Amino acid sequence: MAIDTAAPVTATVDLGPATALSCRECGTRFPLGPSFACLECFGPLEIAYDFGSEGAEELRKRIEAGPASIWRYAPLLPVPADVATKPNLNPGWTPLVKADNLGRELGFTGQLHIKDDSGNPTHSFKDRVVACAIEAARVFGYTTLSCSSTGNLAGAVGAAAARAGFRSCVFIPHDLEQGKVVMAGVYGGELVGIEGNYDDVNRFCSELIGDPAGEGWGFVNVNLRPYYGEGSKTLAYEICEQLGWRLPEQIVIPVASGSQLTKIDKGLQELIKLGLVEDRPYRIFGAQAEGCSPVSAAYKAGHDVIRPVKPDTIAKSLAIGNPADGPYVLDIARRTGGAVEDVTDVEVVAAIRLLARTEGIFAETAGGVTVGVLKKLVETGQLDPSKETVAINTGDGLKTLDAVSEAGMTAVIRPTLDAFRGAGLASA
Amino acid sequence: MSANVRIPTILRTYTGGVSEVPAEGATLGEVIADLERNHAGIAARILDDTGKLRRFVNVYVNDDDVRFAEGLETEIKDGANISIIPAVAGG
Repeated sequence: MAIDTAAPVTATVDLGPATALSCRECGTRFPLGPSFACLECFGPLEIAYDFGSEGAEELRKRIEAGPASIWRYAPLLPVPADVATKPNLNPGWTPLVKADNLGRELGFTGQLHIKDDSGNPTHSFKDRVVACAIEAARVFGYTTLSCSSTGNLAGAVGAAAARAGFRSCVFIPHDLEQGKVVMAGVYGGELVGIEGNYDDVNRFCSELIGDPAGEGWGFVNVNLRPYYGEGSKTLAYEICEQLGWRLPEQIVIPVASGSQLTKIDKGLQELIKLGLVEDRPYRIFGAQAEGCSPVSAAYKAGHDVIRPVKPDTIAKSLAIGNPADGPYVLDIARRTGGAVEDVTDVEVVAAIRLLARTEGIFAETAGGVTVGVLKKLVETGQLDPSKETVAINTGDGLKTLDAVSEAGMTAVIRPTLDAFRGAGLASA
Repeated sequence: MSANVRIPTILRTYTGGVSEVPAEGATLGEVIADLERNHAGIAARILDDTGKLRRFVNVYVNDDDVRFAEGLETEIKDGANISIIPAVAGG
C-alpha cells in the first residue's frame, strides 16, 4: 500500500522503503541523497516511501516480533532491512507510564500517560533521530558526524559515533548546562563551544557545510536532516503500539524547532493509512517556554508566519528562536483542534517537581515545559481531561540539575536516633 | 555600496560554483536585484512571487538576521558581509 502515489524518483541506495526526497512546500522530488533544501523553493525535504503491499495484520505481527528498539519499525523508516545487526545504540521502546497520580492532581478523569524518553541510551529522544541519521551517513559514505545542538543532540551524536565507529565533531552554544557539556564531551569526539546562542550555532553549521572546511561531513540535523527527522516518527509508533494499537485522543509535545511534533503527526498519519490503527480524531498540542515562544505567540495571534525571537529561558534544549518547522506546527495544531501554549520558567521548575513528586520521573527542563503546559491547558479549558492523553518527556533531569538546585537535603543530623527524632522526621 | 554575498551550495549553479560574490546596493533588496543582473534566475530562488523573502530562506547582514532588522529594506553599508542560508530545523 503505497502512501505516495506520484511516480517515485529511482532510488540508487538501499534505505529500505524510502524512495525519494520530496519538498514539503512545493512537492518537487529529488533522488535520495545528502540534501535538505529544495532546489526550487528552499523548502524542507522529507522522505517519500513505498511501503509495499503487505497487509496490516502481517505488518503488525512483523513489528511485534521485532527487537525492543526503534528497529521494530524498520519497515517504516529510511533504513536498510538489516539495520538491527549494525553497531548502534538501539534506542527507543521507552516506557509509556500510566500517570495516575499526576492525572489526579491535574483533575484528569481520562487516562493520562507520560511517554518517558529519558530512558534512551543518552537519556533523551535524540538517540532516535541520530540512529536514523547514522544509517544514512553509512550509505552516503560519510566518516565524520557533526551537528548543531542545544546539548542533548551533541551527546547523542557523540555516543552513537563512538559505537558505530565514526569520528565526531559537534557544535553547541558555549554556555550550556554543565551536565549536557559533560554528556557531550565524554565520548571522545570533538566538542566545540560557539560564542552565541543555538541559532548562531545552527547558522554557523549551515555555512560550514558549504565550505571546504566541512566537506565530507554528515551533519545529522543539516544535510542528513530528512533521514534524521524520521526517527521522531517512532515516538508515534511506540505510543500507539503501547496503547494496544490505538491512537491517543490528545498528545502534548515540546516545541523547539518543531520537527518532533511534525514527525509525530506524520507517524500517526502513516499508521492510519497503513491500517495499523483505527482512524479517529486526535488533537496535538505544542509546548514552549515563555522566554522562547515564537510558535506559541504566532498561534495565539492567529498568524501563520513565525517571527523569530532571541531566546531567554532555562529550557535551553527548547531555546530555538527561529524554528524552521514552526509553520507546520501551527498547521497541525489548528488542523487537529489542538493548541500551542507556553509557561514561565517558574512554572517549568514547579512542573519538574510536580512530575517527580507524583510519578517518580525526573524530567529535564523541556519535560518541565511539557508538563507545565499540560497543566495550563487543563486549567484554561483548552485540553479535555476526560480524554486519553499522552505527554512526552524528552529528556533526563540529571542533565539540568541547576534548574531544581533548591531541591536537596531535608536535614543534616548526627548519626543518632535522638537527632533523628529531634529533626521531626520519626514516624512515632 | 559594495557587499560580499555568501552563496549557499544549492544556489551556486547560478554563480558558476562560486561561494562568494560581490554585489552593489544600499539595501538588501537592491543587493538581490544586483545579484539578479549578474546571475540571472537567482532572485526567484530567494524571493517568492510577491517579492518577499521566501519562508525557508534566512539572510544575515553582518551576523544579524534581517528579520530582526528591516527585511529587504535593511541598510547595507560598504563592505558588508551578507549570508544567504536555507532554514534548518533540529536542535
